[in-house]
Amino acid sequence: MLALKLAFRNLIGARLRTWLNVFVLSLAFVVIIWFKGVLNGWDEQARRDTIAWQIGGGEYWQENYDPYDPFSIDESHAVMSDEILKDVGQEKLTPMLIGQATMYPEGRIQSISLRGVDPAQKIIELPTANLTDTDDAIPAIIGQRTARNNKLSVGDFVTIRWRDVNGTFDAADVKIAHIFRTDVPAMDLNIVWIPLKKHQEMFRMLNEATILITAKGAKSPETDFVGTFPGWTFKDHYFLLADIREMIKMKSFGGYLMFIILMSLAMLAIFDTQVLSIFRRQKEIGTHIALGMTQRQVITLFTVEGAMHSILAAILAAIYGIPLLSYQAAVGWSMPAGTDDFGLTIAEKIYPSYSLALVLGSTLVVLITTTIVSYIPARRIAKMNPTDAIRGKIQ
Amino acid sequence: MADEALISIRQLTKDYPMGRSFFRALNDINLEIGTGEFAGLVGPSGSGKTTLLNIVGSLDIPTKGEARVLGQSVGALNARQSATLRNHHLGFIFQTYNLLPVYTVFENVELPLLLLNIGSTERREMVDRALEWVGLQDKRKSRPAQLSGGECQRVSIARAMVKSPRIVLADEPTANLDAANSHNILQTMEKLNRDLKTTFIFATHDEKVINYLHRKISLNDGKVVNDAVMGNM
Repeated sequence: MLALKLAFRNLIGARLRTWLNVFVLSLAFVVIIWFKGVLNGWDEQARRDTIAWQIGGGEYWQENYDPYDPFSIDESHAVMSDEILKDVGQEKLTPMLIGQATMYPEGRIQSISLRGVDPAQKIIELPTANLTDTDDAIPAIIGQRTARNNKLSVGDFVTIRWRDVNGTFDAADVKIAHIFRTDVPAMDLNIVWIPLKKHQEMFRMLNEATILITAKGAKSPETDFVGTFPGWTFKDHYFLLADIREMIKMKSFGGYLMFIILMSLAMLAIFDTQVLSIFRRQKEIGTHIALGMTQRQVITLFTVEGAMHSILAAILAAIYGIPLLSYQAAVGWSMPAGTDDFGLTIAEKIYPSYSLALVLGSTLVVLITTTIVSYIPARRIAKMNPTDAIRGKIQ
Repeated sequence: MADEALISIRQLTKDYPMGRSFFRALNDINLEIGTGEFAGLVGPSGSGKTTLLNIVGSLDIPTKGEARVLGQSVGALNARQSATLRNHHLGFIFQTYNLLPVYTVFENVELPLLLLNIGSTERREMVDRALEWVGLQDKRKSRPAQLSGGECQRVSIARAMVKSPRIVLADEPTANLDAANSHNILQTMEKLNRDLKTTFIFATHDEKVINYLHRKISLNDGKVVNDAVMGNM
């Protein structure tokens, strides 16, 4: 308690020297928390959007389906059993049929994934209601990225060529009925969505599907309303969100590097101040000992003094950091144009998310590191001769 | 002379290593200093005054012999016991004042009381009383840089006296002061010695100080060459 009181007095008395250190350290606090907050916000948004747009409560994959193996696509389809169709009728499942095709926008050739989906489905946010266009042409919806890359607009016709289950090539024009915007590139990039029935007819795969998306709330085939269907494998959120998890882990590594750089700068300032203090304040150290402190108490005083920089920095960081970070969490952080073309699930704006654990954890790490950095030079006090220290004799 | 032996030094020798040999700073010192004395260790530079003062202040230990302060053998004390002795019973006044530059006058004087864990109300009263002794009540919020040398040394006296120690050790307290300030300081210390019965031990070669001493212990080459009671006792 005495060390805290005296350390506080010393720091306040040292004025500018203290505040410069405290300011640098507070910047480290704010930037570290902000960066982690951005990653958390991105993670949350990516998970939320992926669930809403793509995977619902989880997916059943036809047993041959492997999204990373294009050669398996032709074999990845199966007839939906009566049990599945019953759940589809009750809006517990919605089927999706995936096939490979080629699109010819403006005379160019573009490989695409042609996907059939039920226009009446309400399980994912894909705007499939736009597929009920009654025109003679096959209605299709595409994402903004696909539209931009292929220079397609609503109302445009584009030729699609595919190969059906028997290996026979066929082609038809589809009409772009709607262009949607999504933060989930996996639902957009080079994907053309058409009505499921039409897709089944075109590929001669009547009543067949590749994926069955479950309604939100389905936890697992054993514990919820969705049953076990032979030939279909259930994939839960943990499995389906693995890519996002890996991406965030990778980004977090970059965050740690930034954290280490910032902390090193701040700790260098503290270390430098401590070394300088012990060099310049020898007379003060000797005086403390003459007044009745043990060398151990003086070491504690100097360590606490150094560590207290981080407490003052936390207070200063709270003063300007809380309003700043709260404002940014409210208005979001706009991503540079074209960021979503990288194939990452990322919104136009990221809303940073700050948890109590994040703030307390970061504060604790900074506090412990500062204490260690402060203690190392303070140990020199133990080697000082008090009578020389009183006279300020350099030792 | 002393009513009782507050400080008792027997055959004290202090050596400092110098390469392979050593330098003998004190050589077979025998002394007794009693309660309420106003004594001075007098001698030229290098005579061993400060070394003896440091040993009495338990900041250093003898190489041979014994120095007992308030019944405790300085050489036998561990770091904590030495600190306790200094904290409770000894006050120090230094040539260069050794005030903490970032503290106010009040905070500098208050520091020894904080180390004694004295409560805030009592602490305030004690600091006010000490500042009154040295006539610095109006400077309590000033910092050392805003004070003259004489005022700084008076703060140093207040800091040494605030806890009413049994012994005050003053190492060349007037070396950085002009004649008027020196007399002022010495009169203050003499008055405190008279009123509070605090033992003052000086290390000095300043004639102004020597003229105030009641007992002059002359040192030369680490030996006591003369120990005399002065006429002003």
